[in-house]
Parts: sequence; C-alpha cells; structure tokens
Amino acid sequence: MSDQTAYAIELNDAAVRRGDRTIWQHGTFAIPTGSVTAIVGTNGAGKTTMMKVELGLLPLSHGTVTVLGVPAGQANKSIGYVPQNYAADIESNLTAEQSVLLGLTGTRFGLHPTTRAQRAKAYQAMEFVGIADKAKFRLSELSGGLRQRVAIAQAIASDPKLLMLDEPLANLDLASQRSVAHLLNQLNRELDMTIQVVAHDLNMLLPILTGAVYLLDGHPHYADMRQVLDSKLLTHLYGTNVQVVTTPQGDMFVTPTPDEPDDGTQDMHTADELARMHRHTQASHDGERGTR
Amino acid sequence: MTNIDFSFDPNWMDTLTTPFMTNAFIAGLCIALAAGVMGYFTIVRHSTFAAHALAHIGLPGATGAVLLGLPVSLGMGVFALAGALVIGALGKRVSEREIATGTVLAFATGLGLFFARLSSSASSQMQSILFGSILTITTGQVIGFAVFDVLLVAVLAVIYRPLLFSSLDEQVAQAKGVPNGVMNVAFMAIMAGVITIAVPAVGTLLIFALVITPAATANILTGTPFRSMVVSGLLCLAAIWGGLVISAMFPAPPSFIIVTLSTLFWAIAKGIEAWRRR
Repeated sequence: MSDQTAYAIELNDAAVRRGDRTIWQHGTFAIPTGSVTAIVGTNGAGKTTMMKVELGLLPLSHGTVTVLGVPAGQANKSIGYVPQNYAADIESNLTAEQSVLLGLTGTRFGLHPTTRAQRAKAYQAMEFVGIADKAKFRLSELSGGLRQRVAIAQAIASDPKLLMLDEPLANLDLASQRSVAHLLNQLNRELDMTIQVVAHDLNMLLPILTGAVYLLDGHPHYADMRQVLDSKLLTHLYGTNVQVVTTPQGDMFVTPTPDEPDDGTQDMHTADELARMHRHTQASHDGERGTR
Repeated sequence: MTNIDFSFDPNWMDTLTTPFMTNAFIAGLCIALAAGVMGYFTIVRHSTFAAHALAHIGLPGATGAVLLGLPVSLGMGVFALAGALVIGALGKRVSEREIATGTVLAFATGLGLFFARLSSSASSQMQSILFGSILTITTGQVIGFAVFDVLLVAVLAVIYRPLLFSSLDEQVAQAKGVPNGVMNVAFMAIMAGVITIAVPAVGTLLIFALVITPAATANILTGTPFRSMVVSGLLCLAAIWGGLVISAMFPAPPSFIIVTLSTLFWAIAKGIEAWRRR
C-alpha cells in the first residue's frame, strides 16, 4: 500500500477535529509522486488544515497520513513550504538573499557561519526563480510577485522533493499569477518536484495541474483533472455557478458564469444528485487504488 | 529669579577619569552588547511593547527589594523574569496580548509606587529606578553585567540560528521543526536579563530608547541580521559613551543625553531613508 516511490502523499480514512467541530473526515486518497495538485474548496472547507495535516503540524483525530513514505511531519526536511500571506508575515527589512538563506541555515543549533556553498545554493535557487538580480534588495522594496518568488526560492533552496504552497497566487496581478504558475511547472518538470498548491481559483493553474484534492461536504477527495472538471461538481464545490469551457487550443477553463440565468435552475442539486456525484468520483478513485 | 546654570565645565577630562566614570563606561559597553543583539530580535519578533512592559513589571521588584534591604537589580531581575516567562508562555501573538500587557504594565507601576511609599529609602531610590543613574553603578554591578554578557553569548552561540528563523519566519520555521515555543520562552527570559542590566543606565521609563531605538536605526541602515546587531550595538554604545562625555562637559543628567543621542541617530536615519525614497 505505501509504495514510497509511487505516492508522495497518502491519506487513509483521515479525519481532523478542532474542538468539537470535525473539519473534514473519511479522507482516503493517494497523490502520485511527480504530480502537480491543487487543494480546492470553499472558504473554511479546511484547505490550509489539509496542508498542515500533511506537514504534521495538526494531528489527525482518526486515520493515518503518510508523506514521502513516512508518517506526516517526519520528512519535513524534504518538504519546501510556502505559507499563506508569506509576503506579509516575514520581516520585510530583510534582503531577499538573507530570506532565502534562512531556508538553508535556519534550523541548526550551534555556531555555523554561513558557508560559501550555502550562499551558492541560495543564489542558484534565486537564479532559478528569476530573482538573482534582486538578491540585495529588501523584501519591502519588492513587488508582491517578486516576494512570492523569494518565498519559493527559500523553499526550494534545500532541494525538497515535495513543494507545498498555500494560496501562492492570492493578491497577485494576472501577469504575476501566470508567471508563478509557469515557475511551478518548471520546478515540476526540470527539478522533478512534486507540487501541491492550495488555491481558491483554479483558472491560472489548470494548464499545469495533473489532479486536485477537493474538499466537498466535509470529505476530501482526490481525482485527476477530467473528473474535477465537471461543471456540476465545480458549481457545487464553489457554491456558485461555474462553467467548463474547451477552447480551440484544447485548454479547459473554469469560468464563473457572468449572470444568473432567469430560470433559477443552476446550482440546485438535490441530495440524491450530490450523493450520486460523490459515489461516482469516490468509486472510480477507490477502483484505482483497489482499497475497497 | 532662578539661575539656570548650563555652562561648559572646563575640567570635564578630569571627571571622565574618576572611578565612577570608569565603571559607567564599562557598564555601557556591557549594556550595548546585550541591547544591540537582543534589540534586533525584539523588533523582528514584534515584541517591543512586551520588552518595554518588562521594565515596568520589574519596577515593584526593584522598590520591593529596597524595602526588604535587598539589591535593586535582584528584585528587578526576579520580577522581570517572572513577567517574561508568563508573557512567553502566552505565545507570540502580540496583537492579542497588547491589552493584557498594558494592563499589567500599569498595575505593576502602581505597585512599584506603593512599595516605594512604604519606606523612605525606597522612595528616595524611586527616581533613579525610573530615570536611571549610570554614574552610581558599582563595581559589583559591572561584574554582574559582564557575567550576564558571557552567558548571553554562550546561549546565543547555541540557539542563534533557530531563534533567528523562528523570529523572522515563524510558520516556515515551525514546519521545519524549530521549537517555536521554546524559542519564545528563551527570548523572553533573555530579554528580562537585558532589561535588568539596562535599567540602571537609563531607568525603566527611558529604556525603550536604549534597547529598541538603536536596533530600529540599525534596521534602517542594513538588511542583514548579524550586521544589524553589530550596528545596533555600536549605536547603543555611542549613545551611552557620548552621553557620559557630554554630561561631564555640561550639567545635564546622563540619561537625558543618552536618550537624546539615541533618538537623534534614529531621526537622522529616518530622515535619510525618507529622502532616499523620494
């Protein structure tokens, strides 16, 4: 079941509680190594919670979570993590270079002057994300898009196998969103990183995603892109009207319908329909895994 | 009509070579080292208000110690450390802590006043506790400061990088396995020590300008943590030594000159920064 090379993240009947409230439960899925996945769901569905569970920062109330072949939290040295609102939280007087270096030197106790190799490594990471010329700039002098790149450079400086980003596209303009998505694709293809992204807008990520974890009605599911890109499911997932459009280039875009139709039938799924939709995706997923 | 005497003292060089001045200069060096390093951490951890509050929490300890015939620094240190451990245990979420910290700060200051009024000796020491008296620092105190500095450097030699990581980038540090809770308590405990040794120089009321302001100035000048600590220490030293020299030349309290110089450095750096960004 836990083939270390095949799956980067595996959940088995996982559930999380905070106080008396169950955030989500019955999470059973396996995310292949080398994939680019998004964690999607409405606000408060537990997307960030999912990421924290995978990092071992939040305990499960039930089930197990395995990351990179070991229980969550034990392989964090091999995980690059970019938290939500990273650009706003980190001390902005710091230079980009110092910020990236933290990712390499920050965890060690004892006296360790920064080595030339560490500086070279940090520079290499900055070069890959395209901010090498901004190394001596302070974070407060950089735009939101560039700060996000600094955060990614810090996360990849230690050569992680898995890169996790919480809302990396939030508060970025369209051009910056596009270039960060492109960068994630490069990291996946050129450095063989498995990538997971918390996102509330799939549009910009669609071209690079191989699958998605979607949090629906308190249950996490994993599916490849064709299954996720079902209008009805997305409409329910986001609680608003969403359309799937196939463009001449073959790309599929998920776009909110601009106006509510007059007939008022959109987003009106009965409980039966939802249950069927659930079973459909859950069953095909379990079929793949062969666990039930 | 009162005659305000603010004339230059031509014998200021003689004043500087007196034993109490020597003690003050060495104490200044010890304080600058500790404040320079920890001031930086205080700023990047957004804990400046908590640090300021520690000095006030130490006040009833200081006046209470006088009441009991114990050394002022001991009472100050015990109260500041106790306050630091409580604040540290509550966590780093400063925004939620400000009201509680401010309330305890005010109560502690009141309690300090109450203790001071219980004895005439405490009452007479009240002003030097509030505003400092760097010229009355004893050789014993200087030795105590030096011992604290050695301990500080020894502890930082072990926890410097994780403390820096958790201060600058708490969430990622936590994900990478840095024990943020331990770092927070360690920081607050060290801060209590720094406050305790800095209070004799400028007093509980003016301590912000000595511990935090030089670090803020250094942060404007450089974006590298270690360099910022060095610059902050040097600015702190310049303020203290400059204060001692100028107060030997002119009849003004050293605390006033020290705080003035520190504020002046900060104002100049702020001005240059604003002019550059224009």
